[in-house]
Amino acid sequence: MERIPILRMGNFLLVTIQVDMHDRLAMQLQEDLTSRIAKDQARGVLIDISALDIVDSFIGRMLADIAGMSRVLDAQTVVVGMQPAVAITLVELGLSLRGVRTALDVERGMQLLEQSIGDQTFATRAHEDDGPGGES
Amino acid sequence: MATRLPELLRKHHDTLLAEWMAEQKAALSRKLIKDAELEEQCAAFLRALGEGASRGDLTTLDGPAWTEMKELLTTVSRTQGQAGYSPSETATFVFSLKKPLFARLSRDLAAADLAAEQWTAMVLLDQLGLFTTEMYQRNREEVIMRQQQEMLELSTPVVKLWDGVLALPMIGTLDSARTQVVMETLLQRIVETGSAVAILDITGVPTVDTLVAQYLLKTIAAARLMGADCIISGVRPQIAQTIVHLGVDLGNVTTKATLADAFALALQRTGQAVVRVAAPRKKKPKEVGKDRKDHE
Repeated sequence: MERIPILRMGNFLLVTIQVDMHDRLAMQLQEDLTSRIAKDQARGVLIDISALDIVDSFIGRMLADIAGMSRVLDAQTVVVGMQPAVAITLVELGLSLRGVRTALDVERGMQLLEQSIGDQTFATRAHEDDGPGGES
Repeated sequence: MATRLPELLRKHHDTLLAEWMAEQKAALSRKLIKDAELEEQCAAFLRALGEGASRGDLTTLDGPAWTEMKELLTTVSRTQGQAGYSPSETATFVFSLKKPLFARLSRDLAAADLAAEQWTAMVLLDQLGLFTTEMYQRNREEVIMRQQQEMLELSTPVVKLWDGVLALPMIGTLDSARTQVVMETLLQRIVETGSAVAILDITGVPTVDTLVAQYLLKTIAAARLMGADCIISGVRPQIAQTIVHLGVDLGNVTTKATLADAFALALQRTGQAVVRVAAPRKKKPKEVGKDRKDHE
């Protein structure tokens, strides 16, 4: 069966959607991605939809769902490269993907992820430093 | 009974043309088209009328026999319309043929045929006249449509302010059709230029009501989906009051009073800065004088 490949890049997972999305493929992606996030302990997911030029409400909702699921699994989602027509369609459908972060292309998306994850790791490290200090 | 109209038209082409021309000159108070051009059109009309009458159905203009005539009338109504004639003056082009043509019919035909022939000719000319008016109307509508389209395109330019910063100065009232165009051009330019920040300047938008605000928010949502941030600038005090009074929720969209403020913020967000490299220049005349000296 047809599947959308999920590539691992360090702490992040990279998904590029190059084929026409249909509902079953979308469900499969949802399942694959969540299990990969859990397995690889990924901190971020980057979904490149620059080749996607048709969306419907289902695919739109799926993107929002994936972001929600990732957040529960402590991974950030960035959607990059959305086509103008797709953006207009989603807005007209009333799906503005509130919880999803977006970027113009993969490069900027990666920067965004690195920035936010970097901030987080720094924050945790700072916490760890604080911890022992507080005890002593 | 076969009509004798084509035969008469052929036989008396020249006299009819002359009489018709005289009739038209008398009917039209203003002269906006050259005589030669008018005469050419009249001659072509008579030829097409004879052609159509000999081959086609005289009661209706549908069918291939009248195609040439229709094309001719379309051209005539266009040239007359462009020259500045009113619809009724344009229709006079056809109707003024009635008098000379009917005079010719009553002179050449026996009383028995006359009534029937006159009736046929009248119906035909009425239809042609109506067709001319219709064409006049259609030409006008085309002009209006084209102007509307041009206005739509003219009033929504997307300009690149800086590397990675787009500006969209909106002028005029926003409605759903314009929002569509604005949204499409903006998103297209975002892709083309890879800009991360877009400034929507609403200085030229006279009023912002709930509908306009909704259109703005839609555009901003679409840009955000593509990964670009939007800043609204040019919010006048009255508009700020209206927005609050109407209870419009602009969400977490950044708004600025002037385009300059928005631009400064955009530069900051894209990690750029504009700095002054030297003291402001001296007055121009001195410089010009210095330049001249240098050249000499």
